[in-house]
Amino acid sequence: MITRKVTRKWEKLPGKNTFCCDGRVMMGRQKGVFYLTLFLIVGTCSLFFAFECPYLAVHLSPAIPVFAVLLFVFVMAMLLRTSFSDPGVLPRALPEEANFIEMEIEAANGNVMAGQRPPPRIKNVQINNQIVKLKYCYTCKIFRPPRASHCSICDNCVDRFDHHCPWVGNCVGKRNYRYFYLFTLSLSLLTIYIFAFNIVHVVLREYRNIFEHVVSLTPHCTVLEVLVCFFTLWSVVGLTGFHTYLISLNQTTNEDIKGSWSGKNRVQNPYSHKSIIKNCCEVLCSPTYPSVLDRRGVMLEDLSSPTPSDASAASTHQSSNPVSQTTKSSAPLIPNEHTPDEAKPGIGSGTQKSTSSPKEEKPPSPTSPNAVAPAVIKESSH
Amino acid sequence: CSCVSLIGDRSRSEFSTADSDGASKAPVLPRFHNLQELRHSASLANKVFIQRDYTDGTVCKFQTKFPSELESRIERTLFEDTVKTLNNYYAEAEKIGGQSYLEGCLACLTIYLIFLCIETRYEKVLKKISRYIQEQNEKVYAPRGLLITDPIERGMRVIEISVYEDRGSSGSSSGSSTTSSSGR
Repeated sequence: MITRKVTRKWEKLPGKNTFCCDGRVMMGRQKGVFYLTLFLIVGTCSLFFAFECPYLAVHLSPAIPVFAVLLFVFVMAMLLRTSFSDPGVLPRALPEEANFIEMEIEAANGNVMAGQRPPPRIKNVQINNQIVKLKYCYTCKIFRPPRASHCSICDNCVDRFDHHCPWVGNCVGKRNYRYFYLFTLSLSLLTIYIFAFNIVHVVLREYRNIFEHVVSLTPHCTVLEVLVCFFTLWSVVGLTGFHTYLISLNQTTNEDIKGSWSGKNRVQNPYSHKSIIKNCCEVLCSPTYPSVLDRRGVMLEDLSSPTPSDASAASTHQSSNPVSQTTKSSAPLIPNEHTPDEAKPGIGSGTQKSTSSPKEEKPPSPTSPNAVAPAVIKESSH
Repeated sequence: CSCVSLIGDRSRSEFSTADSDGASKAPVLPRFHNLQELRHSASLANKVFIQRDYTDGTVCKFQTKFPSELESRIERTLFEDTVKTLNNYYAEAEKIGGQSYLEGCLACLTIYLIFLCIETRYEKVLKKISRYIQEQNEKVYAPRGLLITDPIERGMRVIEISVYEDRGSSGSSSGSSTTSSSGR
């Protein structure tokens, strides 16, 4: 029996994403700022649990650290979920589809005179009685669906593209926007919580004047925590407020920055339901969209070479493939779009408060990607 | 990349575009009785792409406009029925209502760990769609030398319909011309 390494589809995906855990985890290209975020959050919370919580649990209530732990776990879960999941990447067109679209464009444009620049590739569609222009993406060779945009950092078209967030190390799009929002919301609460109880702790100490054996160390930690929380508060709470505003209007950061629906030329947002509650429901409570990338699917090579056939693959259609080798353990039962992010905290053990500033297709601060992620994407040309 | 065919974990009715070993039969008429025959005695002539219909917003919906390349291959009503049924399935999957709220709240309370155990509603509907497409292929499309690819394998952008020609008959006009008049 020939044992051969199974090639999964994520290894051949174009684009500049990094993949970990055999395709279960999908991130953007540069992860340095993400590690900083982790460091700030975990570090500050560790200081809080180590130095403030024992005092507060004894002198105020044991519920305080319990609630802090729950909040911390929620923040980390949302952060990892945002960072590790597929934001809604649209796969590039296969050659036949690309040719089909090219021919459509040529037919629509008619004859272009020699020397003249061909007209821009735009399709007009009518959505809820508004004319929306769909642009053609030269990299992905598709007409982008409405609200999709191409992220130059990840080199992918992303559906309902919001922005590329370096703090979470990934794009924020249709599939992970709610996790991103819950992350900023819970981080705001956690920051306010830690900030408030730091103040309470300092005040209590002043009044009670109790000296414990770590008294020389504790004030420094408290000051550090207060500083981190103070600066984080303004940015994260501001960001949460901004995204709450966007959600209530059913807009993306990308659209807001470009001023797509700012009201000039009488163009209104065709996606808004004109009701804040309905907009919030659509953005936060809509069904969880599946990933269309199928990162963990097994790729079958050319028929001439012995191909690995996955047990769960539709091998009935491949009658001519010699099923001659065993594969590695077949794809796990966990569907690939639900990355078990909580199971993989091995990226770093730092804490960072994240102050997400929405950036749209701008190159992030040059941080070298950490070599923890072993997977390398071979960019295949199409 | 044309010689690599991608088969996913889910059981999807995806056809390899590479021809299998060629015992070329030559039936008189290009009618294929089942998928097996289609594979053995047909070659891919053309692909037709049914585009998305965005008039209702970003919900997944495909155009029901009948492409001209299929005029000689399949009845218009059958094609429209297939596309409308698919559109209904997708509408059901993306419906925002009581069940989606419940699913969302429950998932949020369990910090989304619950999706390790249960399937989302969208995934359940996708499985139904996959079964439906396979059934349609077996009953309706393969006998006419056509094959539908599940849209999820094309990023939910298009419904790809592969048009097969009988390998024995070369130069038949219906398959080899690639007119680009369909689409919007």
